Amino acid sequence: MSLENKEFRPKIVAFCCNWCSYAGADLAGSGRMSYPADVKIIRVPCSCRVNPMFILRAFEKGADGVIMCGCHPGDCHYSTGNFYARRRMTLLFSMLDFIGVENGRTRVEWVSAAEGAKFSKTMNEFVEKIHSLGENVRLGDLRCKN
Amino acid sequence: MFKIAKENLSALFRKIAGNRELYLPVKQAGQVNFAAWDEEAEVSLETLKTVKSGKDAFFPQCETLYTCKKEGKKIQIQAADRKEQDFVVFGMKACDVQGVKVLDNVFLSEPVDSFYASRREHGTIVALACNEPEESCFCKVFGIDAAEPAADVAAWLIDGELFWQPLTEKGEALTEEVRELLEDTEDGEVTEAKAAIRGIMDRLPNANLSLEGWNGEATQEKFDSPIWNDLYKACLGCGTCTFVCPTCQCYDIKDYTTSNGVQRYRCWDSCMFSDFTMMAHGNNRTSQLQRFRQRFMHKLVYYPANNNGMYSCVGCGRCVEKCPSGLNIVKVIKAFQGGDK
Amino acid sequence: MQELMGRARELLENGTVARVLGWRAGDQSYNPEPAFFENAVELEKLVYDGFCGANLSKYMIEASKLEGKTLVFLKPCDTYSFNQLIKEHRVDREKAYIIGVGCRGKLDMDQIRNQGIKGILNVSGTELQGPDEITVETIYGTKTVSYASAMLSRCHVCKGKDHVIYDELLGESADTKDADRFDEVAAIEAMTSEERFAFFRKELSKCIRCNACRNVCPACSCRKCVFDSTKFDSAQKANADSFEENMFHIIRAFHVAGRCTDCGECSRVCPQGIPLHLFNRKFIKDINTFYGEFQAGADIQEKGPLTNYTFEDVEPGIVAERG
Repeated sequence: MSLENKEFRPKIVAFCCNWCSYAGADLAGSGRMSYPADVKIIRVPCSCRVNPMFILRAFEKGADGVIMCGCHPGDCHYSTGNFYARRRMTLLFSMLDFIGVENGRTRVEWVSAAEGAKFSKTMNEFVEKIHSLGENVRLGDLRCKN
Repeated sequence: MFKIAKENLSALFRKIAGNRELYLPVKQAGQVNFAAWDEEAEVSLETLKTVKSGKDAFFPQCETLYTCKKEGKKIQIQAADRKEQDFVVFGMKACDVQGVKVLDNVFLSEPVDSFYASRREHGTIVALACNEPEESCFCKVFGIDAAEPAADVAAWLIDGELFWQPLTEKGEALTEEVRELLEDTEDGEVTEAKAAIRGIMDRLPNANLSLEGWNGEATQEKFDSPIWNDLYKACLGCGTCTFVCPTCQCYDIKDYTTSNGVQRYRCWDSCMFSDFTMMAHGNNRTSQLQRFRQRFMHKLVYYPANNNGMYSCVGCGRCVEKCPSGLNIVKVIKAFQGGDK
Repeated sequence: MQELMGRARELLENGTVARVLGWRAGDQSYNPEPAFFENAVELEKLVYDGFCGANLSKYMIEASKLEGKTLVFLKPCDTYSFNQLIKEHRVDREKAYIIGVGCRGKLDMDQIRNQGIKGILNVSGTELQGPDEITVETIYGTKTVSYASAMLSRCHVCKGKDHVIYDELLGESADTKDADRFDEVAAIEAMTSEERFAFFRKELSKCIRCNACRNVCPACSCRKCVFDSTKFDSAQKANADSFEENMFHIIRAFHVAGRCTDCGECSRVCPQGIPLHLFNRKFIKDINTFYGEFQAGADIQEKGPLTNYTFEDVEPGIVAERG
């Protein structure tokens, strides 16, 4: 992984669904596949639990990037949760892009419990992307910066 | 009396801003509000009414009171600084200036609000006379003279020139600072302009609104009146009227959790909001009728009862222009006269 | 107007309705207000002209809780809001007697003032069958402006003359549409990310958090708004930080996404003239592009776009891919 700016340690929040992606992260760990410690995982029961306020709150409190991971479409533990989540996140990300927040700061990836390698690869890519974008200055609360 | 040509105004602003902060009506995205001056600012002195009044300069919509920081096991509490920098508010109107006096009665009486007091101490108001008062104006009803604002400096914009008359010590001090840019002049043109302004004021639709019956003694009678029930129904319960008002002074105190502590701040509140004066036991005004009544009773009955008959409405007409439902204090006053509702 | 008054009186007197929800003449010719009328005397103050822009469908939420039927006057665009409220079980169709009124666009005092007209004493010619020019009497003399130039911006992108729900119709509507409703959104989309950021900072930093946009919105019908929660960290009444402006307006628009009929009330009421409809229209445009054309309030049976899905929906990654 090439990190141009060694000083900048991004803060990255990853919302992972309990049934697939969180287990995928577990598998990445037990398989000793590395991903940057900048990624902080928040476990949610289903990707559908993530409401737009969660994403905005993460940015408010100082996140430089937010990623949401869930079961592959069709594999949701609750059958359809991730389908709704997919529509919501599509619209929200589009809106954030619309008001001028760099679109690379948000991402959705579907990671199954068997995809430890994909989890690790995704997180590495995402951290690198956030590194290239630098600190998030467009969507955060200044009161949380000091 | 002094004067300065309009094309030299930016030199005047630059001069003032050299020593003090300068706030004046600035156009941003189509709307004019008071903002700090800089070289790029699109100053709009011709605008009769800024959307918000200049109240922010003395009582900002949001201000931090103190900050708690946690470091290890220690908690540090730091009070916010009081205003120490002199500043000038340029271009308030006579009604807005009267609005500041209304606030003075609230914040400068015991216990003194030190945040407000420090801003009053360091602030100098240069007020502009209203060349073209509009249909929503009714300051005359409250004894305010739009032609002669009672501020630190009174100013008139007449045919490409700004006339300048210091009225207080603070005003004299400011005049001294910018003296080199001003030239001496006679009162003649200003006297004419004043007469013209007063002439327009008299012809405005609400210029002769009667406030008969609105006073501190009327509390119970007005409070119990069935007329409120007829008036409030269109009210959306938004805070537009209170937030554009030059005299509304209610605020709420809140905590914000930062990454390492808490920031306590206050922000304007509105009696129109459902959580206004919310307490542990709940809310003492549970219906929009009660909230609606509160606003007008406060302006026209409670405040005069406590302040020697001074009303806490200055007739700026901002609520008249801005209410989403077309409700306003003029309609309330008229309804109680038994006239148009 | 006489027609409306007469029909309302008839329905009140024969007991079909217990009250009438309409617009009451203000103290000036240009500031009517939404009001309830319960008898013929009160009805004398009923008015219907170009300044009756307020969408009355939201008031029907409260009126649905009252005894008896309420006669409500709805303009074509208001009926979409009413339909959407029926779909969400917020109003009771049985409690409403809807008279669909004609509309030839509604007026905006700011548009008149922006044409340099001051000291307005009276505005005439604003009624439904009025002339193409309205007459504005001012203390400086009488002026005329074209009706179209004084219209609310939403009327230039009118949804159409048809009422989607009504019991009876009164008055003819006119075509007012002379622009595409997604033009403004498309123009912003064409900007660079930096330009968009600068544009929205300029607009949103004017916000005074009066909550008028939320309170007037017929889709914002929650009994308690998330922004009014005392457990909520952000202030619901002041923008202590620029983040709160973004947060409020994104969430406000998101909560009504797929339900917003684009009635334009939010932009009409904003005291700071923020083009709030841009947020809602952006969502509508995206919904149309990604999930197929959808007009909230047009059909009460159809599933809303955010309570529906297909296996083949686009991935959120599309936002980054399209650049």
